[in-house]
Amino acid sequence: MVDEDISRRGLFMKLGILFNGLVATALAVPVVGFVLSSITRGRASAYLAWVPLGPVTQFPEGETRLATFKNPNVMPTDGKTVDTSCWVRRVGGDQFQVFAINCAHLGCPVRWFPQSGLFMCPCHGGAYYRDGARASGPPERGLFEYPSKVENGLVTIQAGELPTPGPSAALDGKKLPCA
Amino acid sequence: MRLISQIGEWFDRRLQLAAPIREVSEHRVPRNAASWWYVFGTAALTVFILQIVTGILLAMIYVPSGAEAWSSLQSLNHDVTLGWFIRALHGWGSNFMVAIVLIHMVQVFLFGAYKFPRELTWIVGIFLLLMTLGMAFSGQVLRFDQDAYWGLGIGASIASRVPIIGPLAVKLMLGGPIIAGATLSRFFALHVFVIPGMLIGFVCLHLLMVLKLGINDWPVPGRLVKRATYEAEYHELTKKDGAPFVPYAIWKDLFFCAFILLAVAACAVYFGPFGPTGRPDPTIIQTSPKPDYFFLWLYALLSLLPPSMETPALLIGPVVVILFLLLLPFLSGEGEKSWRRRPIAVLTISLSAISLGTLTHLSGYTPWSPHMNAWSGDPVPDRFLRGTTALQRQGALVFQVKQCRNCHSLGDLGGQRGPALDSVAVRLTQDQLIRQVIQGGGNMPAYGKNLSPAETTALVAFLETLHPAGQAPARDASRDLALGENPEGRAPAQP
Repeated sequence: MVDEDISRRGLFMKLGILFNGLVATALAVPVVGFVLSSITRGRASAYLAWVPLGPVTQFPEGETRLATFKNPNVMPTDGKTVDTSCWVRRVGGDQFQVFAINCAHLGCPVRWFPQSGLFMCPCHGGAYYRDGARASGPPERGLFEYPSKVENGLVTIQAGELPTPGPSAALDGKKLPCA
Repeated sequence: MRLISQIGEWFDRRLQLAAPIREVSEHRVPRNAASWWYVFGTAALTVFILQIVTGILLAMIYVPSGAEAWSSLQSLNHDVTLGWFIRALHGWGSNFMVAIVLIHMVQVFLFGAYKFPRELTWIVGIFLLLMTLGMAFSGQVLRFDQDAYWGLGIGASIASRVPIIGPLAVKLMLGGPIIAGATLSRFFALHVFVIPGMLIGFVCLHLLMVLKLGINDWPVPGRLVKRATYEAEYHELTKKDGAPFVPYAIWKDLFFCAFILLAVAACAVYFGPFGPTGRPDPTIIQTSPKPDYFFLWLYALLSLLPPSMETPALLIGPVVVILFLLLLPFLSGEGEKSWRRRPIAVLTISLSAISLGTLTHLSGYTPWSPHMNAWSGDPVPDRFLRGTTALQRQGALVFQVKQCRNCHSLGDLGGQRGPALDSVAVRLTQDQLIRQVIQGGGNMPAYGKNLSPAETTALVAFLETLHPAGQAPARDASRDLALGENPEGRAPAQP
């Protein structure tokens, strides 16, 4: 009867492993859900809101000025990191181009030089023309452009994501989200 | 004394650790392996322990919150007694650890220690190197300042280029849509729990294999490693010409470890802690972020690669290098160990060292970056202005005001992004100068829309004066022929 006894124990051990496997899988679902929450939250929430940059009159026609805005998605531990800069170019009238501060190469803050009409990046030497098009250096594309509009005399933009040069960089200006 | 040995026996009856410890410390190593070349592994472990201790001390004050991390570093530097010293030890310890791990790896590679039967020790070592670099990067993020903030942006920009999953990887890395509090918190978890936990586990595995398989014997040219016979030969060697690890070999490790700790402490006292630089406030854009020392070569590489090659190089390069390192013991698991008979190995190390060294050196003065203040700050040297006409002087003004100087130097002052223009008139004719200014090209922006015709005329007139005294400026010979004269009074070329 020794054989039976061992197989009975063996069965219990296998059942025990199975039981643990089931519990582990059940626990893994919320754990993975938690870890991936920054992805699965999606873009639908607050950070697709329109953010005001200031009255239209603050931006002279034909010039490019620095503006700052608060990211629409704020957590209490964020500190100053939610304040972001952008370059606002008033082409004329209500026509605006709002560029992300981040270089399209690797995200360093670009600076505007009105005399030569160029944006220059201090990191790896990228340069852009006044309309954001690539002028020279390592970037493969022009500056990132936030979707912008004028509402009640205020320049507003749709910003909330760090623009990155990846394949589907959302803030391209050309692919306006259907907000 | 009797009492002490009685207490010792009481513990050992319960722990039963004395025998295995004695066995480990007295295991025989080949006499020729008790070398000053074999101390780097122990040194890396020592610095790692230093990092754990100083890291725990820092965690008692540091606040991993986007809003408060920077201020907590300031109070470590200025308010907490000796906080600056612990920060400096941790920062310099990190630099030393990366350096020692790299030296250890080069030594193991050149001494053929990765060959049979120590393949897995090498592979675990590669993971230890990657984790060490991961600690270096995440540690730079915890020093939550401007460099950390923009460094994260660079990391995100690199991650975003991964096909298909790029944008998702960015959000996973940042913990949200932007670099903010959640980003710092997750890097804190990585730097303090995840990577150190894995490091400790892998260090134990690495050490266990060193003990089980024995330390690599000194490579003798001509003594080849063969799978069938190596283990017996090694056993024979430790028997015939071996000695117990303690005290025969360990004293060199002890001396070197003490020396390294002293060196870390000396650097900490003399140079002090690293940063933090400015507050991580993205509205401050007057900043030129730079990575820590060990990633400077990458910073230089990313500036110098042609744009079209960058993404493939960034994504495929590391995979190829890591795969090569992991496969190395399988590609050459047997044969010659000595670097004296492995020229390709020596060449590989020399080339890598020269490349990394050159790139690191270049990143010290970033010739690829425009000098943001050269146009307003750098003077035009007298000799370029002496005896010039009003038009040419007007051109010199245009040259400065339009920020040409940010990328082009005159008299060794100014940007190095473009060529120095001290003798540009020798290289380019008037027509070529006009074309280059208006249309740009060769990595120069086109200035056609930003210069009036009058400004262009003045600028080119100034540029045409830039040639050494004894050297005539370049001219278009066909122009002389077409115009049938010598319009600018220059001497015609001698036949």
